[in-house]
Amino acid sequence: MKVKLLFFAGLREQLGTSGEEIELPSGVTTVAGLRAHLGTRGGQYATAFSEKRLVRTAINQDMAAPTARIKPGDVVAFFPPVTGG
Amino acid sequence: MKISVQREDFDSGLEVRHLSKDRGIGAVASFVGVVREVPMTLEHYPGMTENAIRKIAEEAVARWKVIDCTVIHRYGDLKPNDQIVLVAVAAAHRGEAFAACEFIMDYLKTRAPFWKKEHRPEGTAWVEARVTDDAAAERWTEAPKPTALGKKRR
Repeated sequence: MKVKLLFFAGLREQLGTSGEEIELPSGVTTVAGLRAHLGTRGGQYATAFSEKRLVRTAINQDMAAPTARIKPGDVVAFFPPVTGG
Repeated sequence: MKISVQREDFDSGLEVRHLSKDRGIGAVASFVGVVREVPMTLEHYPGMTENAIRKIAEEAVARWKVIDCTVIHRYGDLKPNDQIVLVAVAAAHRGEAFAACEFIMDYLKTRAPFWKKEHRPEGTAWVEARVTDDAAAERWTEAPKPTALGKKRR
C-alpha cells in the first residue's frame, strides 16, 4: 500500500526531507512496523528510528500508538516529543 | 470557543473581553506564556495543531463546565519577552476556571505538535521535551475532578 510520510523539527533536519510518498512492503501494517522498516534504510534513518530515540507518530493528524494500524492513503507523521506551550 | 494558531502577536486584554457575555460567567482565568531569555523559532504541524488544541479545549469544557474559552498559540520567530501562548477560560466559578486553564496548558505542552528551536550565541538547538511536562499532564488522569473550590456551589 501507498502512504504519505511527513517529518517534523529535528527529525526533518536529520533526514534532510520533510516527507515522501512510499510504497510499503506487504508485511508493514502498523506504526511500529513502519518505523522498523524506515530504520532498515540505514544511515540517518537508522539513527533517527532506532529504538533508543523518542519518536512520536500521528496518523491523519491524530496521535497514534506504536500498535496503531496503517491504511492505504494514510498520512503518517513522525516527530520528536513536542515542546510547545 | 476560539482556537487560533498564528504568527502574529495577540492582545490578551482584548481576547478576554471578547469571551462570551453569558450571564452565568463568574470567573475568567487566563494564562500567558512568554519567551524566556533565548530567542527561538517555533515550528508546528499545520492542521494537526488546530485539531489537537480544539480536542484539548473540548475536553476541558466537558470536564469543568467551562462556558467559553480562547486558546491562541504563536509560531515562527520569537524573541525574549514575546508572548507565545494565551489560554483564557470563562466559567461560573474560579475553581473551575483555574483548573481548566491549567489543564489546557498542561496538555498543550504534551499533545499539541509544536517544537521549539533555540538560537543561542553558541549555536541553535531543538529544545528537548521535559519529563516534568509529561508528569504535569499525567496528574489530570489520576485525580478525580480537582479542587474543592470548583465544587462549592451557591
